[in-house]
Amino acid sequence: MRTINVEEITKSVKEACIEANHFLSKDVEERLHASAKEEEAPLGRQILEQLEENLKIAGEDMIPICQDTGMAVIFMEVGQEAHFEGGSLTDAVNEGVRRGYVDGFLRKSVVKDPILRENTKDNTPAVIHYDIVPGDQVKITVAPKGFGSENMSRVFMLKPADGIEGVKQAILTAVKDAGPNACPPMVVGVGIGGTFEKCAILAKQALTRPLDQRSEIPWVRELEEEMLERINRTGIGPGGLGGSTTAMAVNVNTYPTHIAGLPVAINICCHVNRHAVREI
Amino acid sequence: MDRYITVPLSDEDARSLHSGDYVYVTGTIYTARDAAHKRMQEALDRGEALPLELKNNVIYYMGPSPAREGRPIGSAGPTTASRMDKYAPALLDLGLKGMIGKGKRSQAVKDAIIRNGAVYFAAVGGAGALLSKSILSSEVIAYDDLGTEAIRKLEVKNFPVIVVIDAEGNNLYETATAAYCKE
Repeated sequence: MRTINVEEITKSVKEACIEANHFLSKDVEERLHASAKEEEAPLGRQILEQLEENLKIAGEDMIPICQDTGMAVIFMEVGQEAHFEGGSLTDAVNEGVRRGYVDGFLRKSVVKDPILRENTKDNTPAVIHYDIVPGDQVKITVAPKGFGSENMSRVFMLKPADGIEGVKQAILTAVKDAGPNACPPMVVGVGIGGTFEKCAILAKQALTRPLDQRSEIPWVRELEEEMLERINRTGIGPGGLGGSTTAMAVNVNTYPTHIAGLPVAINICCHVNRHAVREI
Repeated sequence: MDRYITVPLSDEDARSLHSGDYVYVTGTIYTARDAAHKRMQEALDRGEALPLELKNNVIYYMGPSPAREGRPIGSAGPTTASRMDKYAPALLDLGLKGMIGKGKRSQAVKDAIIRNGAVYFAAVGGAGALLSKSILSSEVIAYDDLGTEAIRKLEVKNFPVIVVIDAEGNNLYETATAAYCKE
């Protein structure tokens, strides 16, 4: 048994919120750079170059990459041999979000009630997904999610008979409907299998996988590669203003499902595909 | 075609802009997004005056991140325009000449753009740090309690935008996507 004071969690969450909103991971940055070289459309290239310059300014001047600094989605992998002292773990995570967004000059975009819509003024609460894993470590992945792309995400409850073709159509439908609204070039996270809520979480998790890392399951890897190619043939392009770079990656995660179902979730993310990781 | 224009936007300048033009905007613009539009609509419904003059002005659909000390504004890129589609036609009919945002617009908005000789511009989504460099000053002029959603008056210099829907109803999202589509 290892004892961890929750103040350590708060500190890590705060740092990760600020880091994720100012710096993209290396794989995302490299993909953006490669896209700017490969893009066919002159205006598309100009937009991709602006996105590279935007990243540079964000890091140097500590101005958030995007003004929508997101709702804080946090994946917590908690070792079953860890023990926490000093208060509630969930409260500690939310306190980290509060300090990160208030002290880090990040935008407060969360309203307390979906209908009454009063801003909580500190971007809490976070959306926290806990997973209990072996060991005594805690891995925290902070993935702030902007809503331009979140609003274009979809869940399809397909029939088993729809098969892989149904899945492909679902992905293309979501991407085409999203078009310029989702700030392309996008990263497309897909969850296949599980239940209604499980496929959505799979899709969200898929967005945190490095863009240059393909699935280890052969048919999934083929699906990822085929869908990226097909999405980039739609013509939507950077900013939705035409071109050959509509998506930077398609990441697909799968899970066993029920004999009667084929749930598919498509979580669309803009080019500001943010996540910062801390291990305690 | 690259164009340099000043705002407020004259009727002549608005009509001279074409879908696909790359435009550098200099002058005064106003921010408003979801909550501010809802309040403006409620004010109009009650027959009250709006907190800003619409005639020949440009609204930027944007809610900034907080400014660090010594800076006029934080990150300041466009938000999705379609959420304002419900409110935009009434504002265009009252004289609003331009909107800056990102993403698709409804047929009703497009009709109102044509009817009033107005323009819908896109700024690059997700480039809020870069775009903030073209904003010289920012002042909250209404609905301060809405925080980032308050109405702000911005002084901008060579703020980069692209004409998506022009006064004739041409739509760059449709034409540019079709030009590069290989399906």
